[in-house]
Amino acid sequence: MSVLVDADTRVVVQGITGHQGTAHTVQMKAFGTQVVAGVTPGKGGSVVEGVPVFDSVAEAVEKTGANVSVIFVPAPFAKDAFIEAADAGLPLVVIVTEHIPFHDMLTMYHYGRLRGVRIIGPNCPGIGAPGKAKVGIIPNVVFRPGRVGVISRSGTLTYEIVNGIKEIGLGQSTCIGLGGDPVVGTSFVDALPFFEQDPDTDLLVLVGEIGGTAEEEAAEYLRHHFTKPVVAYIAGRSAPPGKRMGHAGAIIARGRGTAQSKLAALQTAGATVAEFPYDVPSLVVQGLREAGRR
Amino acid sequence: MVKLAEWRGKEIFRRCGIPVPTGVVVRSVEEADGAVRSAAVALPVVVKAQVLAGGRGKGGAVRFAASSEELRSVVVGMLGMEFKGETVKELLLEPKVVVGRELYLSIALDRTARLPVLLASGQGGVEIESMADDQLVHLPIHPFVGLTAYEKRRVGGAFALSTPASTELGRLLDAVWKAFQAEDAELVEINPLAVVDGHLVALDAKVIIEDDAGFRHPEYADLRDDRTPLEEIAREKGIAFVQLDGDIGVIANGAGLTMATLDVLGQFGGRPGVFLDLGGTDDPAKVTEAALLMAKAHPSVVFLNIFGGVTRCDTVARGLVAAMTLVPESDRFPLIARIRGNNEEEGRAILHSAGITALSDLKASAQAVVAAEASRPSARSAT
Repeated sequence: MSVLVDADTRVVVQGITGHQGTAHTVQMKAFGTQVVAGVTPGKGGSVVEGVPVFDSVAEAVEKTGANVSVIFVPAPFAKDAFIEAADAGLPLVVIVTEHIPFHDMLTMYHYGRLRGVRIIGPNCPGIGAPGKAKVGIIPNVVFRPGRVGVISRSGTLTYEIVNGIKEIGLGQSTCIGLGGDPVVGTSFVDALPFFEQDPDTDLLVLVGEIGGTAEEEAAEYLRHHFTKPVVAYIAGRSAPPGKRMGHAGAIIARGRGTAQSKLAALQTAGATVAEFPYDVPSLVVQGLREAGRR
Repeated sequence: MVKLAEWRGKEIFRRCGIPVPTGVVVRSVEEADGAVRSAAVALPVVVKAQVLAGGRGKGGAVRFAASSEELRSVVVGMLGMEFKGETVKELLLEPKVVVGRELYLSIALDRTARLPVLLASGQGGVEIESMADDQLVHLPIHPFVGLTAYEKRRVGGAFALSTPASTELGRLLDAVWKAFQAEDAELVEINPLAVVDGHLVALDAKVIIEDDAGFRHPEYADLRDDRTPLEEIAREKGIAFVQLDGDIGVIANGAGLTMATLDVLGQFGGRPGVFLDLGGTDDPAKVTEAALLMAKAHPSVVFLNIFGGVTRCDTVARGLVAAMTLVPESDRFPLIARIRGNNEEEGRAILHSAGITALSDLKASAQAVVAAEASRPSARSAT
């Protein structure tokens, strides 16, 4: 088993004819993912990297049986692209696009809830389950099948940490990048139950950052509902208040969202907190040993 | 985020149907004189400096004038004055009013609930941070529904207004919600919302517009507000660039990795001066632009930390080497690179052959950067 995606995942790429859409279609296929369709309005009938392109998501779903969408379309059009995917009945949509206004995301999130659609992102690297499927842009080279789950608000930092887990001789069950925006479709608290229930995950790595209170809420959940060992890292200890550190959501506002508050909450909840990103792999090894999983 | 000056906020309020005083913005003594002479505003007036920082009342940035002479001297005294790092260039003149009561009203985003939330208090005029939670009405607003009658009654209960203000409240709440949505605001705050002659009036306006909605709001494109000139240039080029207090420049790819790099430097006693996130680029031209921008900030030493996942390390290295030849002699900076991931050996080799230190271990690299900074005779400060 894995989380959210598996060998039956059939991906439709919205915005497949764009630079990013095409490049990551190649990478997803190289990973072994079934990329069955692309959608770009007006380009229906063409083929990109061996993938048939349709004018609408509904048509793509009907003709190919796609069951997950990944959205690469530019921010001003992302809301409509998502609504189209939701209306086509897709239960899971990964939104890679950055700089979507949060007002649009509020509409998308609440519309998705009405339609029963789970959103990963926006502004996220997506999901990867080694040996099964990858939906998004996490680089293929960092993966190796294994039993460590990863959830994160960042991209490259996650690649680095996931790569470290691979280099120490372990592998991952599923990695999910939740996205760096203030409003995300799936937060830590939403994703934690999947990993708790996943029989293929022995330990969870949680990578957070400054801004908001998602890590504090995750800590509450960990304390009461999570039985597996957790190793956490929080980026932004040295970030000053009031500055947006690259991600729209990474801002300490009115004294809330500091790294210190998150670290304290996670520690209290029993997570092992890594001081440096490069300490995560050895703490994972230690955590698995203590849990008798290695 | 674009913080709007009070008068811009009040223009939005007027457009959305939130009552505001009739005011005039002036930028010189002559304009102030003219405003009174043409009866655009009637004496006595309140003169409010159009700066973005709070605490204007206590800081001398809000004054009163009863006569033309007094107005002239107040305007002369206020224009050009420094207020918490901002220079006062615009003044808002409004008729002085007798305030009956001061209330508080705002709508902002609740990230956890993923809903806008309205906050209201019957005791306004003070900072929201100093209000006790039990004094605040806290109303999540569903974006598909807006404010309903029972929710408005709750706000009415907190405000305990008499007529006619009580009958004006419902329409005002709808107008505030409309302003929040239509302007793509992160925050709409009225503090104080005052009762003047029995009627509701927004005496102040704080509106923050979300950056990412800029494509819907070209009218705010010229407002840079909080950004430094270099941060503004970076924004136009699509590079995340934040100036900090220290002297070490940090270039990394991805916001999380860039933040983590600052943290690691900090742990070893280094003080970062620039946060530069390249993002997921493998375009050498963008790397070159980033390096040139970094040079303008005059860092004492630059730490480049790349994890090549999507990005290819050799591409970044080539862009960087190209950039270093373009940086003017006076702006050259020592550089230490840490390169991991896709094509890392090639990336390091390219840097080595250009005389740039390139390592693979993050900890060792960070220590080398801190040592390099410490060994410099006098670090120039980032501007």
